[in-house]
Amino acid sequence: MKEKPFAITLDVGTSLANHTGTWRTERPVYVHLMPPCNDACPAGENVQGWLYPAEEGHYEQAWRTLTDDNPFPAIMGRVCYHPCQTACNRAQLDEAVGINAVERFLGDEALKQGWAFRSPEVETGKRVLVVGAGPSGLSAAYHLRRFGHQVTVRESQDQPGGMMRYGIPTYRLPREILDAEVQRIADIGVRFEYGQRVDSVTDLLREYDAVFLAVGAQRGRRAYVPAGEAAKVMDAVELLHDMETDEPPQLGRRVAVYGGGNTALDAARTAKRLGAEEAVIVYRRTQDRMPAHDSELQEALEEGVLVKWLSTVKHVAVGSILIEKMELDENGFPQPTGETEELAADSLVLALGQESDLGLVEGLDDVEIVDGVVKVDARMMTGRPGLFAGGDMVPDDRTVTTGIGHGKQAARHIDAFLRGEPYGHPARPEMASYDRLTPWYYSEAPHQVRPLIETARRQGTFDEVVQGLDEQSAKFEARRCMSCGNCFGCDNCFGVCPDNAVRKLGTGAYMYEFDYDFCKGCGLCVAECPSGSILMVPEEL
Amino acid sequence: MTEQVKFYQVGSFAVGNRLLPLEVRSIQSDPGRSNALTSGHRACQGCGEALGARYAVDAAMRGADGKLVAVNATGCLEVFSTPYPETSWQMPWLHSLFGNAPAVAAGVAAALRAKGREDIRVLAQGGDGGTVDIGFGCLSGMFERNDDVLYVCYDNEGYMNTGVQRSGATPPTALTQTTQAVGESPGNPFGTGKDVPRIAMAHEIPYVATATVADLHDLEAKVTRAMQLRGARYIHVLVPCPLGWGSASQDTLKVARAATQSGLFPVFEAERGEVSAVSQIRRQVPVEDYLRLQSRFAHLFAPGREEARAKLQARADRNIERYGLIGPHTEALPGPAEDNPAEDSPHEEGTP
Amino acid sequence: MRLQIEGSQAVARAVAACRPHVICAYPISPQTHIVESLSRIVKSGDLPGCEFLNVESEFAAMSVAIGASAAGARAYTATASQGLLFMVEAVYNAAGLGLPIVMTVANRAIGAPINIWNDHTDSMSQRDSGWIQLYAETNQEAADLHVQAFRIAEELSLPVMVCMDGFILTHAVEEVDVPSTEQVDAWLPPFEPRQVLDPDEPVSIGAMVGPEAYTEVRYLGHLRQMQALELIPQVAADFEAHFGRSSGGLVRPYRLEADGKPVETVVVALGSVLGTIKDVVDERRANGESIGVLGITSFRPFPMDQVREALAGVRRVVVLEKAFSIGIGGIVSSNLRAALDGLPLEIRTVVAGLGGRPITIASLHAMLDRAVGEGGGLEPLEFLDLDHDLIARELARQQTGRRSGPAAENILKDLGAVRATPF
Repeated sequence: MKEKPFAITLDVGTSLANHTGTWRTERPVYVHLMPPCNDACPAGENVQGWLYPAEEGHYEQAWRTLTDDNPFPAIMGRVCYHPCQTACNRAQLDEAVGINAVERFLGDEALKQGWAFRSPEVETGKRVLVVGAGPSGLSAAYHLRRFGHQVTVRESQDQPGGMMRYGIPTYRLPREILDAEVQRIADIGVRFEYGQRVDSVTDLLREYDAVFLAVGAQRGRRAYVPAGEAAKVMDAVELLHDMETDEPPQLGRRVAVYGGGNTALDAARTAKRLGAEEAVIVYRRTQDRMPAHDSELQEALEEGVLVKWLSTVKHVAVGSILIEKMELDENGFPQPTGETEELAADSLVLALGQESDLGLVEGLDDVEIVDGVVKVDARMMTGRPGLFAGGDMVPDDRTVTTGIGHGKQAARHIDAFLRGEPYGHPARPEMASYDRLTPWYYSEAPHQVRPLIETARRQGTFDEVVQGLDEQSAKFEARRCMSCGNCFGCDNCFGVCPDNAVRKLGTGAYMYEFDYDFCKGCGLCVAECPSGSILMVPEEL
Repeated sequence: MTEQVKFYQVGSFAVGNRLLPLEVRSIQSDPGRSNALTSGHRACQGCGEALGARYAVDAAMRGADGKLVAVNATGCLEVFSTPYPETSWQMPWLHSLFGNAPAVAAGVAAALRAKGREDIRVLAQGGDGGTVDIGFGCLSGMFERNDDVLYVCYDNEGYMNTGVQRSGATPPTALTQTTQAVGESPGNPFGTGKDVPRIAMAHEIPYVATATVADLHDLEAKVTRAMQLRGARYIHVLVPCPLGWGSASQDTLKVARAATQSGLFPVFEAERGEVSAVSQIRRQVPVEDYLRLQSRFAHLFAPGREEARAKLQARADRNIERYGLIGPHTEALPGPAEDNPAEDSPHEEGTP
Repeated sequence: MRLQIEGSQAVARAVAACRPHVICAYPISPQTHIVESLSRIVKSGDLPGCEFLNVESEFAAMSVAIGASAAGARAYTATASQGLLFMVEAVYNAAGLGLPIVMTVANRAIGAPINIWNDHTDSMSQRDSGWIQLYAETNQEAADLHVQAFRIAEELSLPVMVCMDGFILTHAVEEVDVPSTEQVDAWLPPFEPRQVLDPDEPVSIGAMVGPEAYTEVRYLGHLRQMQALELIPQVAADFEAHFGRSSGGLVRPYRLEADGKPVETVVVALGSVLGTIKDVVDERRANGESIGVLGITSFRPFPMDQVREALAGVRRVVVLEKAFSIGIGGIVSSNLRAALDGLPLEIRTVVAGLGGRPITIASLHAMLDRAVGEGGGLEPLEFLDLDHDLIARELARQQTGRRSGPAAENILKDLGAVRATPF
């Protein structure tokens, strides 16, 4: 151009000299908040973190992120009660993300592809004994081994798994899945000693640098129920345990199960599969007070299990039991009415809770037992230094997932203990609650439902009842995750800033950065971030 | 159970998505976007017009292979973008007067045609004042001559640059400095105002569309479509003005969204005088949801103003009717209460 | 090519010979024949590479020209009177942006009252706009000035207004040597804009300039127009060399000397009236009077030096002008006073020809008789052929308040041109 008139005509780029960032009174910052799924997981999984690569089809990466916390995704996908889904923010939009289904997909995919754990790079030379190869013990062993310690697991039964094998029926958790996921732990160098019951830990505390107890609650609680001599009464725990032997128990045509927990349902459904024409659950309260999971109850009812609500067992005879009707008083507690009913039953299975056999810590004054469980501090350590415990034998929820979580926590504290250092929990970020999201941007996408095998087949066999999702559906389901509180690269901030004050980085810890030279602090990025991953903070003068 | 994995957690609503192939993402999500209006301009915080202008012009640049000339009317956009010695425009840009942008653009287009450079495309842009009022004559002339110009009107419903005065695009009841919230009918009177998109349609020009800053994909698609055509084209973009409307700076997109989702601002396309496509409402909201976000309507919530609000709702309902804004995928509001007694819900029967 | 041709047609052909890229026009008497002719030339394909736009107003016409010029096109339009006023915002805009648009103003009076006949009120109202203003004396000069205008405009990057008296010139048929396309091609270089809208070299044209720099911008505009004082004579000389006739320039002196010294009286005027004045002066010279004529061709920029030089030794200047500034008086004469500041001469203003009133030889003689006569000469401000009796009656009527209504209507009623009583 020959000659531009002064002031009337301006060159491109001249506005960049005007740093409008000086207008701000507050600035946007990218944050990492705690997603409710992560927060709710008893095993402390980084759920959102492994869903993210799964969405892109990077299943191995997803599996590795998952197994950084929990070594048993295929098991979880079958037995976990998914409190993550209960907490999932998506439920407030349409339906919760099917996290559990995706976890199962990843676990099954890992087994299919033969992905293996990485052996530790450095051996510390420390020796740790884990007593009990249930979920808690196995989890602890896995994490301790990854820290490089020498781990031995001593298990009283012939096979590993604890309640996973001896409490959960095969139609919920096929044994080949369990075996494969345990084998993976053995493959990185954990030593297993089966058929070895530990009666006392006192000597072991000298032999090993640390000991983790995870013996579980292996015994059924024996309530006193009046019974005739030949009446057939057995324990649900015993029943389910014996399913693993070559001699399945004989229960007869009509089976009654006393109790309202998952074990009671498992017993009833097992009874049906063993050939009982009728399986009846006798429970003293109502459905809303039933400890068993709704999904389990639904499946049981579909299979024809009957339930007698507000009923207790008064007497067991041969071929029948006498039950008494209860009614709720004004406080909601069941009270006997005096009305009885005779129920035809060839056997009665008691599912009234479980207890721990804590004989192995008798004699240790500094180990405190309260209400049948062992007290531990925030480090999962008992009163005896170097003696840790977790799982069903310590106070907490009694689920596989909780036990796995204990194992991980304990392992971290044991590792710190062995190194002589304190273990500092990282600070917990703020919760990414639903009100922080901008749900407008999430498109309608219904939850993908896992198919169930037909009822008839279910009743007749111990085949797995709930099938998994195929890859397309699992990916779809993973993609329903709203990435609460953490950026997932939707470009909204990059697009919505009227001042062009967001730079797209593409890679790294943060995908975008603000150009504070020009950001006027209008807050549009915060308002339009779907996942609530941007916050405004006041400018400091 | 297999399903084509076409849903992504943010579908087509967010600016971009790492899971989408690049060609399906918006132009704004591309780091290589033109940034026709770049940083350092003096628009207010949260200015809808600044955002709308970048959206529209970047899309037009893409559609013109980077060979685009813009003619701007006097107004907020021009003033905040070119105060000597700074300009935020990164492509050739001309500002002449308040009321002549369509005519100047027609001149540019004629010049390019005369010189055999029709590969260079022309975009004219202005606010509602410059388009609906003072520039109306020139706009109509450009339409009837079918000059090869895409005209984009950024409608913030008032003369904002001069301090918020009423224009022919100001909606009824809105407070402006020349339609103050006093007297029997506070705010802008009912029964006034122009529907310029429909006037554009009456000229039977090749393309007319309405859009808002809240729906980027829609706006980009419309600009892209317009750039595929030749002749006179008109796009009317609703751009909230936090200052003039009395809304929070971070609410700009939320306000625009409420305008479309209530039906007050219908989003549609027309070719040669006939409506050719409509963007239906996704999640309907009552007009009040829109009004409450802006203090220019605050006086409508004083006692005795129900009739005015009802009239606004009636306007929205008329748009919904006229353009068919509610469809099978709309989460519509429940209709007016009927005289049926409440039926027992099946869940109430039986005890747990 | 020599043709017996209407003034408008000659201008149209001259403009077409300059190969404009964009012509935009809105009809208004008396320029219509120019643009009608150009529209025919373009539509018939005789001017390839030219776009003709029928616009919706004069404001749009100048705006189209602005857009076209900024995009690097040679742009032309024509208007008059009310049309010029309607586009004033754009007229100032074009000058401020420095766009070399050429426009014909077919001089016409301005209402109210509406009047379609010739005077200079329209172009005089735009003398401050920053446009170069050139006044044609004849149809030949009108045609030639358009060719020169494009060259002056494009060299300086300033718009140029070529003023020609409406009807008197535009609708008169006389012999004109119309410049041909070949002649112009050889003389007028292609348009090379100093700034242009170009995607390869983007700029923002039309920024907002505040108090800190606005004065400088305006001063630079003034300086640039002053450069035309040198350029206009150069272009006129170059034109004469190529086309073989004298046209344009800053001033046109006629018989300013008698017996080797400056004449006593000079009549100064712009436009076609110079022809009549020269005839009157020739008659008076034949009677021995010491009198001459100074025509001003370039009214903006005002040729201060040339005017002063021409009138330095003169005793009496009579400025005959076809417009005036209500509230003060003559426009040309007050510009002239600035040029003649300090010189011992008498300046008189005679406003004539308003609204197309013919300026007759007899009236001019009568006026000049009084100017040079013994009876005290002319008043400082006079209106040629003013009907003093009518004025007196109208003033008397206003004082008595007998009839209401606008002055113009009353005058017409008085003249009997309109019914006196209502129906």
